[in-house]
Formats: sequence, structure tokens, C-alpha cells
Amino acid sequence: MDAILLQILNGLDKGGAYALIALGLTLVFGTLGVVNFAHGALFMLGAFCAVSVNQFIGLEQVRLDPDNLTPWGTPVEIREPYIVSWLGDTGHLLLDYSVPVSILAAIPVMILIGFIMERGLIQFFYKRPHAEQILVTFGLAIVLQEIIKTWFGANPLPQSPPDAMRTAADIGVLVGFDPGQIVYPYWRLIYFLFSALVIGGVFAFLQLTTFGMVVRAGMADRETVGLLGIDIEKRFTLVFGLAAVVAGLAGVMYTPILPPDYHMGMDFLVLSFVVVVVGGMGSLPGAVAAGFLLGILQSFASMTEVKSILPGIDQIIIYLVAVVILLVRPRGLMGRKGVMEG
Amino acid sequence: MVDFLTPSRRGVLKGGAAVGAGLAMPTIFSSQAWSAEYLNKPTGDTVTFGFNVPQTGAYADEGADELRAYQLAVKHLNGEGDGGMLNTMKPLVLSGNGVLGKKVSFVTGDTQTKSDAARASAKRMIEKDGALMITGGSSSGVAIAVQSLCQEAGVIFMAGLTHSNDTTGKDKRRNGFRHFFNAYMSGAALAPVLKSNYGADRKAYHLTADYTWGWTQEESIKNSTEALGWETVNAVRTPLGAGDFSQYITPVLNSGADVLILNHYGKDMVNSLTQAVQFGLRDKQVNGKDFAIVVPLYSRLMAQGAGENVKGIFGSTNWHWSLQDEGSKAFVKSFGAEYGFPPSQAAHTCYVQALLYADACERAGTFMPCGVVDALEDHEFDGMGNGPTLYRGADHQCFKKVLVVKGNENPSSQFDLLEVVQEVPAEQVTYDPAIFGGELGECNNGA
Amino acid sequence: MTTNTRETPQGDMVRFGLFTVVILAMPIWLMPFGAAYPDLMQKFAIYGLFAIGFNILFGLTGYLSFGHAAFLGVGSYTAVWSFKLLGMNPIPALLLAVVMSGAFAWLIGFISLRRTGIYFSILTLAFAQMSYNLAYSVLTPITNGETGLRVLNSDPRVLDHMMGAGEVDGPLVTNLFGMEMSGLPGFYFCAVWLLIGMYISFRIFRSPFGLMLRAIKTNQTRLNYTGISTRPYAQTAFVISGMYAGLAGALLCVTDPLAGAERMQWTASGEVVLMTILGGAGTLLGPMLGAGIIKYSENIFSAFNEQALHEIFAFLPDGIEAAVVSVAGLFVGEGWHLTLGLLFMLIVIFLPGGVIEGGQRISAAVTRLRGGGSGGSSTQPQPAE
Repeated sequence: MDAILLQILNGLDKGGAYALIALGLTLVFGTLGVVNFAHGALFMLGAFCAVSVNQFIGLEQVRLDPDNLTPWGTPVEIREPYIVSWLGDTGHLLLDYSVPVSILAAIPVMILIGFIMERGLIQFFYKRPHAEQILVTFGLAIVLQEIIKTWFGANPLPQSPPDAMRTAADIGVLVGFDPGQIVYPYWRLIYFLFSALVIGGVFAFLQLTTFGMVVRAGMADRETVGLLGIDIEKRFTLVFGLAAVVAGLAGVMYTPILPPDYHMGMDFLVLSFVVVVVGGMGSLPGAVAAGFLLGILQSFASMTEVKSILPGIDQIIIYLVAVVILLVRPRGLMGRKGVMEG
Repeated sequence: MVDFLTPSRRGVLKGGAAVGAGLAMPTIFSSQAWSAEYLNKPTGDTVTFGFNVPQTGAYADEGADELRAYQLAVKHLNGEGDGGMLNTMKPLVLSGNGVLGKKVSFVTGDTQTKSDAARASAKRMIEKDGALMITGGSSSGVAIAVQSLCQEAGVIFMAGLTHSNDTTGKDKRRNGFRHFFNAYMSGAALAPVLKSNYGADRKAYHLTADYTWGWTQEESIKNSTEALGWETVNAVRTPLGAGDFSQYITPVLNSGADVLILNHYGKDMVNSLTQAVQFGLRDKQVNGKDFAIVVPLYSRLMAQGAGENVKGIFGSTNWHWSLQDEGSKAFVKSFGAEYGFPPSQAAHTCYVQALLYADACERAGTFMPCGVVDALEDHEFDGMGNGPTLYRGADHQCFKKVLVVKGNENPSSQFDLLEVVQEVPAEQVTYDPAIFGGELGECNNGA
Repeated sequence: MTTNTRETPQGDMVRFGLFTVVILAMPIWLMPFGAAYPDLMQKFAIYGLFAIGFNILFGLTGYLSFGHAAFLGVGSYTAVWSFKLLGMNPIPALLLAVVMSGAFAWLIGFISLRRTGIYFSILTLAFAQMSYNLAYSVLTPITNGETGLRVLNSDPRVLDHMMGAGEVDGPLVTNLFGMEMSGLPGFYFCAVWLLIGMYISFRIFRSPFGLMLRAIKTNQTRLNYTGISTRPYAQTAFVISGMYAGLAGALLCVTDPLAGAERMQWTASGEVVLMTILGGAGTLLGPMLGAGIIKYSENIFSAFNEQALHEIFAFLPDGIEAAVVSVAGLFVGEGWHLTLGLLFMLIVIFLPGGVIEGGQRISAAVTRLRGGGSGGSSTQPQPAE
């Protein structure tokens, strides 16, 4: 029982990440009709926003200590973050909370990146075949990740959650389990709540604003919306920016769970496409549902009890589910007819 | 025509003018038609080494560090710089004027940490650039694949970072040599330290990367900890590059285990350790004991990736820059002066391998692979950072001190992440070469 | 897109003849490029074959498969198992590999072709990823996992023993009735298969079957309405291209008897897509050209290091040289992926028809400059299909 509960919890935070990435991807699919293979790179860029902010806040003053020499004969460097020498304890606090603080920086940066990508490249590919969209965005993804690698190196760069959230919460006690039976890291709980919040926000935005209404109309029937005299182009740019922000925020908040490296976008790319297709191309609720579904299934498939019956099932469960769902429900869980076929 | 027998890159380019010369290109396996004594015999005033390291992919930083070490080794061999370990190596016949009077030059290739790509780039260096020796790499799969290629081609392979028992066990080859330690040695070195720190009554839970290296390490660690009296509660295989390990970590919580052993390397190790700590495993109490995490194979670069999470966690390494023997000090000094930071263990093993190869050529008086093999087999040397070392002839494995390390609780700098707990003497990690099987076979000159 | 020269049988024979000469003479004309060493030429031939086969599916029918690396892998593993069990003769290995990969492709095609568009792509991707993940871990007894499947001296190799050639002291190299299949002979062996594959591809492109495949790409719905079931045609194309991939995989093992799981990774599938599009999807020669360009860049760019760059730019004054080297260093050696990514983007943005289209544009421009505008129809590139 406790094992199952724990795996559901695991599925929730994993699913949260999948859902956030898939949400942006499907938004771009649905409105712009673009298959964006650089979407994983946006997730990665978001994570590196957190890294940059952390490095910026933690910018160190380097003093040389001539009395102490390194083994290779140069003076030992004494490093202290400027922010600590300026602000004292507030500086420590800022450093401690650098990941949440990065959200503030990531939003404008990701919007900007989204705008540049859409205006500079994607807009020329609306009418091109999907294969070409895939290729050009794939090329872009490689270029982006290589730039990050040149700048930050190939090694993962650990980002700590704030000290208060560094360990695990004993949430089992709250619902009547023995202490220590169901513990779960604070940060993962926060991640789940955060993803729920962002997903809710996006849905509210699309449901309650005029802008959202037009976007939804555009997803249903782009041509008609264009005929109504609405400048759909400008909205496309905004939608792309929104998708970039969602992916970027998913990346920022994921850094304490997974130390970011330049390749993390590619690692999530295939997976997020599978999530989108399982959910149904162009369906936002489908993407979210599929994200959580696959997250939870992946957790269960990893249980020793399951693996002993079906060895290696945890390696392929995601793909297996995708195959089965596509064969049983041709357009994914909630997809509509005619989207991205042919 | 002689030019075409041993083409350097330049030679091949020049030869482009000669129509039909292409048909006379030497080929690596069927070169018996030509009467050279051995493949790629250097005819000019240089000898070419091939440095095959991961330049792209997850181990790119480690590969970059290996390359730095090789470049430093080439400098020292050619008599530039401060000489590094050439000042401490014993016995020594190298004199800093190249090898056998020829200047050392090198070519590089990208293994991409894929056996296919690594073999392709090694082949290029052998066929096109005329490399006499291939060295480097950051994974056992690649090392084993390239080692057998070099055996077939008839050049020497000096393995870089490879930790699997198989490299000098069931997949050993006469033309291949490994200086780095292996999983068996990790287990043998770690076990006594674990016993003295955690006691003899422990229940261990293994998470193991689901591929060959992971399995050999799991087996070695299991054997040596069970010999202490530890019980293995469970050993779970995790997909390579899983990213999020939470679904494998949660079952540990209530399994009754009080030690978690992470048979992961690279990104997997960084991720699984970070996440295990977040699940509160380091602060947990089970069976009335403090829960412990062990990472049998440590590397400083990876410890950097895991950040603060490595504090207090035991593991083993081949070498660490804080060692105080003359060889290590000389190497750290010239590496640090050149690049501004201390070398990693990958850099150390690669540097040493390059020097050992050059020294063996000089002693053998020839670059002929079989001569070099003879010179390296059962060669004893000292002053290279791990104390007196034996290159055992029976399996081409180096036997030397192994370091048991612990994540530093109070690092004084960003490089000071690991603290050497114990230098385990070579005798304690020596084993009978027969236990892993395999055949060295005959040495191959490629001609 | 079709090539613009005369589509007559004679024209095809001329082109095929030229192609044959160019391929067989590779060891000579590749010399100035520093690419005339056996391993790279073998790769040209093998990946050319892979891309030509992929083009039969993608170029003609428009079905974008992201799983073809799986067939390459199946071909490789089958070939090595054939070496292990039967012997080092490449012929049975190739036959078995083609059969196995064909069967595997039939199965995957049968399921995946129930869907079209990106759904099809994701299905093939899913199958390929499952194959890769399993080959790396659970199927290690069959695939030897991370290290890759190799031939060992202790393997049965029944045919070899029957011929009295069982005990080999030296390396185990594939040999075709006594001729060792490595180095240049290995290249020519691959080249022969490439030519055969190319010839079949020529014939398919010009056959009614090929026409039907193009019709699928143009408008599948309309075909369905006219009462033609397109599935069997697409399925056949899928199996044929799977067999090409299997053959290519087996040839990889003929030249180097090792089969590694990473051959099946999705990025490897992506690579063949890139090769095809880079050269020109749907053209006869494009995929071969694309494969050549990518394999050349991979081998040559990744090999440059700082030392080599300094040699190249040694003629520049010191200060400028250092600057040029540090900029160039970003794009070669460990940065060659960056070059690759930029190359794709540039090609797709400016030359969506691939290099072939670029060549046609240039030749059209040249013709126009010469004032020979009369034969417009034969020089203008025809619209893409």
C-alpha cells in the first residue's frame, strides 16, 4: 500500500514535468501547425536561466592570498560572493533562493527567446511540410545545445533547492501512516503544485480572455479566423512566446531535481512528443492527462514486483503505451480528426 | 611508393597527384602483401599517437581533461615544459628528446562514447593518420571495442578511463593495456573501510546501471560486502540515462535496507545521488543505524556535478590530485601551471599511459607492437602517483595502490571535493588473473 | 522532385554508368579531400545504401519514419550472429540480415502504417526506441549490450570448420572465399552492393509501382476514394527500405565485425532522415550525396584540433592567426556538432530540395547566362511533388 502511494507521488511530479513540456508543444502544434523539435531546447534554456541567475547572484569576488600557494605555485584564491559582502544575510538568503528567484528572470528571457525564434525562423515555416519543420527545428536544437555546451561545459551543474526544502517531508503521518513510511522531498511536492498552477493558469488564460478565445478558435479553424479579419500572425508570435515561457519555467523548477546539462532538452524531446501524441495532437487537456498518465505508469513499471514478471518493462513502458493507445484510439486520448494527419 | 606504405595525413594529401596511388593504399588488415615489419612504421622524424577521447556527449568534459593531459604528455616527451613526471618516473630511459629520437606528434578523434563511433575514429587514425598507438576513452564498452580493433589492426591500445573487470578480464587482448583500476579492486579496497565505518551487520540495496559495466561492479561490490557479513536486500537495474530515479529510490525507503549502493557513473550517478539525498536517505535512521550511501566509483568531475550531495559519501578512485608523493606533486604542478586547475583522475591515467608507452618503446628500442608488449609486460615502475606499480603480464592490468575517498565535509576550494581516507596497498587488491577468464592471444604487428 | 534531365531508359543508363564510375573511382578522386582511406569510403557506400533505401519510403511515399535505425541494428546483429554460427563468409550473413530485417520491417510496418502523418512517425520512433532500450539491457545475452556483439575464436562457425578454416590465430576478419573484407577490398565489396541497390532504386523510381508510391505522397485520400487500397503499396515500400537498412547494417559488420546497440538509437534514425533531405528527398542521387556529406563532415571536422588549425592558418600574421583559430575552433573538433546543426538549418531554409536542387539551380542559372533560354522546359527545375 505505501509502495503504491509512493509510486503515485512519483508519477505526479514526473507527470507534472511531462505535462508542462507537452502543453507548450501542443499549443504550438495546435495554433501554428508547427512541429517544433526545438521545444526540448526551450526546456533546457529555461534550466540554464536558473544556472545563469545562480552564477550571477553568486558572482564571486576573488582575492589572492599570497601566503598560501596552490600545488602548482599560484596564490590560493579566496572567493566570496559579492552579494554576501554587500548585503550580508539578505545576500545569503538570495543565494539560497536562487532557483525560485530565477523564475522572475526566466519569464522575460523566455518570452524574448520565443519571439526571436518565431519571428526569426518559425514564421517562415508555417506553410512548409512537417518534415522540413522537424529538420530545421532539430538543427536549431542542436545549435542551441552546442552553444550552451561551449559556454557552460558538458558536465551537469547542480542547483540546490532552498535549504528549508532540501530534504523530505513525512507526509504519511498526516494521513495516518507510521512515521517514516511515506516521505517525499519537499521540492518535488512544490514542483507538482507549481506545475498544477501553471497548467491552471494557461487554461484560465485561454478560457477567460478574448485573446485566448481567438487562439482557441484558431486551433479549431485557422482559415476562418483569418477570414474574420483578425491578425492571426501577431497572436501566433504571442502563443509561441507563451509556449516558450511554459517550457522554460518547467526547466527552471526542474533544476534541483535534475542537475541541468546541455543535453537535457534532447533527453526530454522524444518523451514529450510521445506524450503529445498519446494525448492527442492539438488537444491541451489531452497533453496534460497523458503527461500524468505516462508519469504514473512509468513509476509503476519500475517496481521490482512488476519488473520480476516483465523484465525490462520499465525501459519501454512509455513507448508501449504509445503504440497501444495509437492503435486503439487512432488520434490519441483526446485528439480531433484531421489534425496533423497526412 | 614507400611514401604510400605509411601515409601521414600530409603524405596522403601529397599523394593525391599520383593517379592510381589510391589502389596502393595500405589497408589495416590485409597488409601482409607489403613487407614492412609492422603497421605504420614511422619513416620520418615524427611518431604519431592517436588520442581517442569523448569530445561530444555526456563525457565531453572528462574527454577534454584527458586531451589536456595528453597534450601535456607530448610536450614533456618532446622536452618542452618542466618535464612533469619524467622527473620522478623510475626506472626511466626517456630523455625528453621524443621517443627513439623521433618527435611525438598526435592526432585526435571523437569517441562520442559509442563503440561504433569510437572504432570508426580509431580506424581513421590508424588508416589515414598512421597512428602507432591509440589511447583514451571514458567508458568500458568503448575501451573493449577499441581494444579489440587495435588487436586486429596491429597497433597498441593504452586504455583510458575504463573500470569494468572485462577490459583486462574476459575481453583482454595482447595489444591492449590498462593502467586504471577496476570494479574488483574497488570492492576489495572499499570493503574494509566500509566495515570499520558502518560495521559488519548491514543490509545493502543496490541500484545498478543496466549494462555490462554496472553488472560487473554490482557483482564485485556484492561479493566483497557479503564477505564482510553484509546482506544484500535487493539489487535493482535502472535504465541508462533514466534522468529521474525517484521511482527506483522510493522502494528503498521501506525495504529495511540501511545502505544504498549506487552502481552508477557519470550523469546517472549525479542524478541518482542528488535525488537519493533529496529523499532524505542521508539523514535517515534504519534498524537503529544511520542510513549510508556508497558510490563505489567516484570521479572528481562527477562529484562537482553532484555538488553538496557528495559530502560524507564513500567511494574509490584511481588517483586524486591531493596525493603528496613526488610523482603526483610533479604532475599536479605542471598540469596546474599549464591550465590553472588540478587534473582529474582521467587526466592522470591518460598522462601516465602515454608516458608508459613511450618509455616502453624506448626500452624496447623499437615501435614494433610485439616489442612494446614485451617491454610492458611485467614491467615494474614507480614515481607515477600510485606508488610501486606492476604491469602484470598475465592480463595487462596495473597493480598499484587504490584510493578510498570520501566527499569532503568542508571543501576549501571548488576542486577540493574529495578527501582521501585511505591508500589501500596493492597487495590487498591483487587477484588471481584466472578468475575472470579470457585469453590474451598473440600479439599482432599488423604486418 | 524529379531530376530534370531526360527520363528515358537511355538517360538512366548513362546516369547509372556515370554513377558507377564515380563510385568505383572514389579512392582516386577523394585523395585531395583527405578522405580516400578505406574506413571512410566504406562508410560512404554503406550509409549511401541506407539513405537510398530510406528514400524509397520517404522520398516517394512521404511517410517519414523515425525508426529505420532499428532495421540497421537488426541487420547488424543478424550478420554478426551469422558470422558466429556459420562462419566468416559475408554472403550468408547478408542474405540472413536482409531476410530478418525485412521480416522485422514487415511487422513494424504492418502496425505503424495503420496511421499516417506524425502519428506514423511517432509509432516508428516508439518501436525503434524499444528495440534500442532492450538491446542495451535485457537482451544483452543476444546483443552483448554496451560492448557490442563480436565474433570470438570460441564461436562454432560451422561452415568455417567444415572448410577446415576454423582455428584462426590472428584476428577474425570476414572473408569472401579467401579474400579479406576489410580495407580496399571491403570498400569494393560494399560498393558493389551500393551499385546493386542503386540500380534497383532506379528501376523502382521508373516503374508503375514507383508511380503509385508517388501518388500516395501526392494525395492518398483521393487514391482511396478511387477505390485503390494504398496500404499494400506503402507496406511494400516500407519493407523494401527496411531491407536496404538491414543490408547496410550487415555491411557495417562485414567491414568491422561488431554490432553496437547505439546503432539503433533514435538519433541514428534522425541521421538518415537528415542525409536524405540534405541531398534531396525523392531524387535518385540526393541521398547518396547527403550521406557522403554528413559522413565526411563527421570524420574530418571532428578530427581537427587546435594543433591542426594552427598548421592550417600558419600563413596568417600571429595576432590574426590566434583569433581565427579560436573562432574556427568553435566549429571543429568538439564543436563539430555545431557545424552540423548550422548546416542542416541553412540547407533546410535555403535549399529545401537539398543539395541536388542547389546544383540544378546553379546549372539553370548558368544556362540562362549563356543565353540558351530556348530549352526552358528541360533546364527549369520541376516543382516538388
